[in-house]
Amino acid sequence: MPEILQFEFMQNALCASILASMICGVIGTLVVVNRIVFISGGIAHAAYGGIGIAFFFGLPYLAATLGFSLLIAAIMAAVTLKAKHRADTVIGVLWAVGMALGVLLLDMTPGYNADLMSYLFGSILTVPDSDLRLMLLLTVGIILTVGYFYNDLLAMSYDEEFARVRGLPAGFLYFLLLGMIAVSVVMLIRVAGLILVIALLTIPPYIAERYSKSLSMMMLVSGLLSTGFTLAGLWISYAFNLTSGATIIMVSGTGFFVSILSDRVKAGFRSYRKDEDNDVSSL
Amino acid sequence: MNNDSAIIEVKDVGFSYNGHPVLKGVNLTVREEGFVALIGPNGGGKTTLLKLMLGLLSPAKGDIRVFGKPPRETSYRIGYVPQEIGINKTFPISVTDVVLMGKLRPGRRFRYSSEDRTAAQNILEQLGMGEFRERRIGELSGGQRQRVFIARALVNEPKILFLDEPTASIDSRGQSEFYELLKKLNENAAIVMVSHDLMVISDYVKSVACVNQQLYYHNSAEITEEMTDMYCCPVELITHGHIPHRVLRRHTEEK
Repeated sequence: MPEILQFEFMQNALCASILASMICGVIGTLVVVNRIVFISGGIAHAAYGGIGIAFFFGLPYLAATLGFSLLIAAIMAAVTLKAKHRADTVIGVLWAVGMALGVLLLDMTPGYNADLMSYLFGSILTVPDSDLRLMLLLTVGIILTVGYFYNDLLAMSYDEEFARVRGLPAGFLYFLLLGMIAVSVVMLIRVAGLILVIALLTIPPYIAERYSKSLSMMMLVSGLLSTGFTLAGLWISYAFNLTSGATIIMVSGTGFFVSILSDRVKAGFRSYRKDEDNDVSSL
Repeated sequence: MNNDSAIIEVKDVGFSYNGHPVLKGVNLTVREEGFVALIGPNGGGKTTLLKLMLGLLSPAKGDIRVFGKPPRETSYRIGYVPQEIGINKTFPISVTDVVLMGKLRPGRRFRYSSEDRTAAQNILEQLGMGEFRERRIGELSGGQRQRVFIARALVNEPKILFLDEPTASIDSRGQSEFYELLKKLNENAAIVMVSHDLMVISDYVKSVACVNQQLYYHNSAEITEEMTDMYCCPVELITHGHIPHRVLRRHTEEK
């Protein structure tokens, strides 16, 4: 692997992987413990509408996509807080409509036709320096914000009702959380693609949850796991000349299934031994 | 009722979910040192009333005062033990961190102080949970978890304690122990407890409020009266064996 590190694009890809993993470790942990994977998926897909708006109206990509995603996130947050039992349907609608809007606007944009695939799976091998700087800024910003509100986010994620009774601004925290998800998704979409973002937001935290004693440890463990998955995926994609984003997802997915399987085997072994003990005692 | 010792006052409160009335014309006063059990059928509005008093819901009609103010402003001074169901058991959090949540206050950020940590440790030890303080909450049994939630409610030394079906996850042997604990807590705090099991009407409960859209209050004098052969609100208890029980006056005779 060392010789490929001489290429600047590979160095950038490595930095992007690590930064994306750290963002996803922190935000993904909050997504998984709050069980808002569906909302996050909705925000990520609807963000495509923002991309369409940026190209069609000739607006700056980042500002347009970010603005649109934050709007969608705010609507989803408001709907979830007001009408919980109907929220999933509304999210599904926004998910699909946002994406369709993006596709149609790109269809109608004369000349340039952005490739849908590059936004789905990203292009981690072509990350420019400017994006890296932005990602670094975002990573620091997210870690500081989550650190500042850590106890509140922890209380709200664990037991929202109790947090409200204690006088925490649960509504504000929820908007803040969905806002941070929207910002992260927009930042990572060009780098990692929205499918990879969802994979990184969910798989490492899911595995990390069982081995972590606290929420902050879960963030750290999933950040490290996700770094491992992305670096391994990058290397495999380079060695076998495969699409990097999809390879990283497959590596993460393999990790996911291995972790489930090993748990099953462990649980099965434990109950087998228990049965054996019972047999002995019943004799 | 401008009694000085009234710390919760519910006056003519009405509430409905999507047009279906859940509570109508509810009046309730809880005094310092009071111990009220809210009983009644499922869907009768017990938990709704509790949530109104906690400020989690706002009444459509009437007025609620806790410590003389709207509940939303004072709820952080109440100790609250929610129903255990619905809380994520796989959540990565230690017993101590759950208890520390009880120290959260509006407008406070960053770290817990060392006094907060000492208070959390002390309350856990008082409840016999000191050795579990570093454990993950999901590793505990239902009864142990219940004690942790009580510790979380008590860590701020509240003058009012709300419990929502607290005995659901405790076996019957643990329950008498649990009521002993509540009796001790009742020396320093008023207790309002929602329960659908009639075991709750143990000797320590000072009054019973039956909630079924309306609220029927049975004071302590009545509870200590000899058993009468009339029925309470539509609560059924099917049981076998010699469970001590009381039956209260029929509501229609009131007012």
